[in-house]
Amino acid sequence: MRETGKASALHTVPPIALRRRITDHVMTGAAVLTVILVLVPLFAIFAYLVYRGVGSINWAFLTQTPKPVGEAGGGMANAIVGSAFILALASILGVPIGVGAGIYLAEYGRNRFGDVIRFIADVLNGVPSIVIGIVAYAIVVLAQGHFSALAGGVALAIMMIPTITRTTEEMLLLVPRALREAAYGLGIPRWRTTLSITLRTATSGVITGIMLAFARVAGETAPLLFTALGNQFWNLKVNEPTAALPLQIYTYALSPYDEWHRQAWAGAFVLIILIVTAVAAVRFAVRRGTFGAA
Amino acid sequence: MAFSALPRPHMPAPQPVEATKVSDFRPAGKQAAPRLPAARGETGDRIFKLAMLLCGLAVLATLVVIVYELVLGSAPSWHAFGFKFFAGHDWDPVNEQFGAMPFIYGTLVSSFLALLIAVPLAIGVAVFTTEMCPVALRGPLSFFVELLAAIPSVVYGLWAIFVLIPILTNYVGPFLARTLGWTRLFDGPFYGVSMLAAGIILAIMIIPIISSITREVLMVVPQHQREAALALGATRWEMIWVGVLRNARAGIMGGIILGLGRALGETMAVTMVIGNNPQIVKSLFAPGYTMASVLANEFSEATGNIHRASLIEIGLALFLVTIAVNALARLLVWTVTRGQSASAHA
Repeated sequence: MRETGKASALHTVPPIALRRRITDHVMTGAAVLTVILVLVPLFAIFAYLVYRGVGSINWAFLTQTPKPVGEAGGGMANAIVGSAFILALASILGVPIGVGAGIYLAEYGRNRFGDVIRFIADVLNGVPSIVIGIVAYAIVVLAQGHFSALAGGVALAIMMIPTITRTTEEMLLLVPRALREAAYGLGIPRWRTTLSITLRTATSGVITGIMLAFARVAGETAPLLFTALGNQFWNLKVNEPTAALPLQIYTYALSPYDEWHRQAWAGAFVLIILIVTAVAAVRFAVRRGTFGAA
Repeated sequence: MAFSALPRPHMPAPQPVEATKVSDFRPAGKQAAPRLPAARGETGDRIFKLAMLLCGLAVLATLVVIVYELVLGSAPSWHAFGFKFFAGHDWDPVNEQFGAMPFIYGTLVSSFLALLIAVPLAIGVAVFTTEMCPVALRGPLSFFVELLAAIPSVVYGLWAIFVLIPILTNYVGPFLARTLGWTRLFDGPFYGVSMLAAGIILAIMIIPIISSITREVLMVVPQHQREAALALGATRWEMIWVGVLRNARAGIMGGIILGLGRALGETMAVTMVIGNNPQIVKSLFAPGYTMASVLANEFSEATGNIHRASLIEIGLALFLVTIAVNALARLLVWTVTRGQSASAHA
């Protein structure tokens, strides 16, 4: 402990000036204050979300499609399923490419070209989601001629890939070199070693990365605005516009109807529950994970 | 298990192994190699490496496709307006006159307002968690702060509409007008949806990014820097200021710039609270408009070719700015955490 009081008790050390001690205490207080100021909105958001969400959620909300304007009742069942559908499409497209790129960087990418890919992945991470929406619109919607779940899936997949790539690479690099060498020593080809030894050892970490990417895109609205578009009805066709939970929350939040505001809160509550569950699962998995990394 | 029912496999007694060519082990030309099983592995290796390389190239291709589509899509607007596009003040889809200045202004002002609020708070939290708080509190505290990052943007927007804006109009707005009215920054009627609301919600959203990067950077400052400062008789704050913050400033700057990148591109929450009015007004009480918001609001309903191209050009500008900002931030963070196993995820 850094006890300044004890130092002043020793006669050989001059006492610390009052001004310096006051500064120390003031700055400590300021740091505590910042923590409080940051945690207040966090708790305010969660408390209000739970308060409004729990009050608004009911069986109809989870099982019915939206009612026309003015009619009470109805729900977001189609949006919940639609979100799951779009996220599944995004994962099918994004996870293999992301993991593959991560493997490339970890196993073959210790060179200039690898550095370029690494840097691009980091930079892609920061591209605004709305810009990715425009690109998905240009390459899928314009090509198909209409809005679709696939376009939404492509947009979200583009957002997932950089995160998955970088975490997969980091996790693979944590696997001890000796393990790979032991496999080579047994005459196992390099690709088998990578898949069955290295990747397998790092599984929990790689899954962590995938879940983080998943949680990040699960709440994305901007890239879906002009790709998946939204839909008042059920849809599980890849080529049709599809409802998504964040889109529905956005539309309802900006509407003038109290009933829709209520449903927006219920939707936000469901969305947060899904995401927080994913994040908590990740932390749990990491704690039990092989290396306790991340 | 009853294996007796199964026909016994034909198992010949151990046969004398035919004398292989072990004896004449001398390098017998190059034919010896293909018989090793490794040869099969080599083909597999080549295929596998190629497949992984393709995945890596997909990352590269993504960037190329983004740039290509944005440049191609914005070409009509670029030919029609040139550089004047970014200086023009009019946004008039009916008469096909497009100038992006009000959006650029709105994006910059809301982002800098957010940084102004977020930076001291985020650094304070990071300093507290790494240098001051009991070890037992460290984990939960950083978990809670990072939980802020897990909340989707649209939920922030929802909360801002129904909770933040009433608080601003009822309490904060009148207070600011009374105390800081002389700066002319808080003039005019205040209806809640405003540049101020956008700045505050953005600040809440970027605090976790800045604070988690700052925390990472502070943690890689060598312990002996702290010990040396304390040994020289520094108080704890002086130790933090001289021994820690000063050493980590490049990385902290990187975190701040990363936060700026996020604020510049943030769409939904801002669109929901900024008021979406393309005007340049000094007062923070007035509604504004940002580059990302205009894309969110108008892109799917853009009628004319030139309207769409103008929107894509705004997207291109936003993309280039965020790329530059992010690249700079990564570089700064790397200069500090290089060689450490710090992962800069945002």
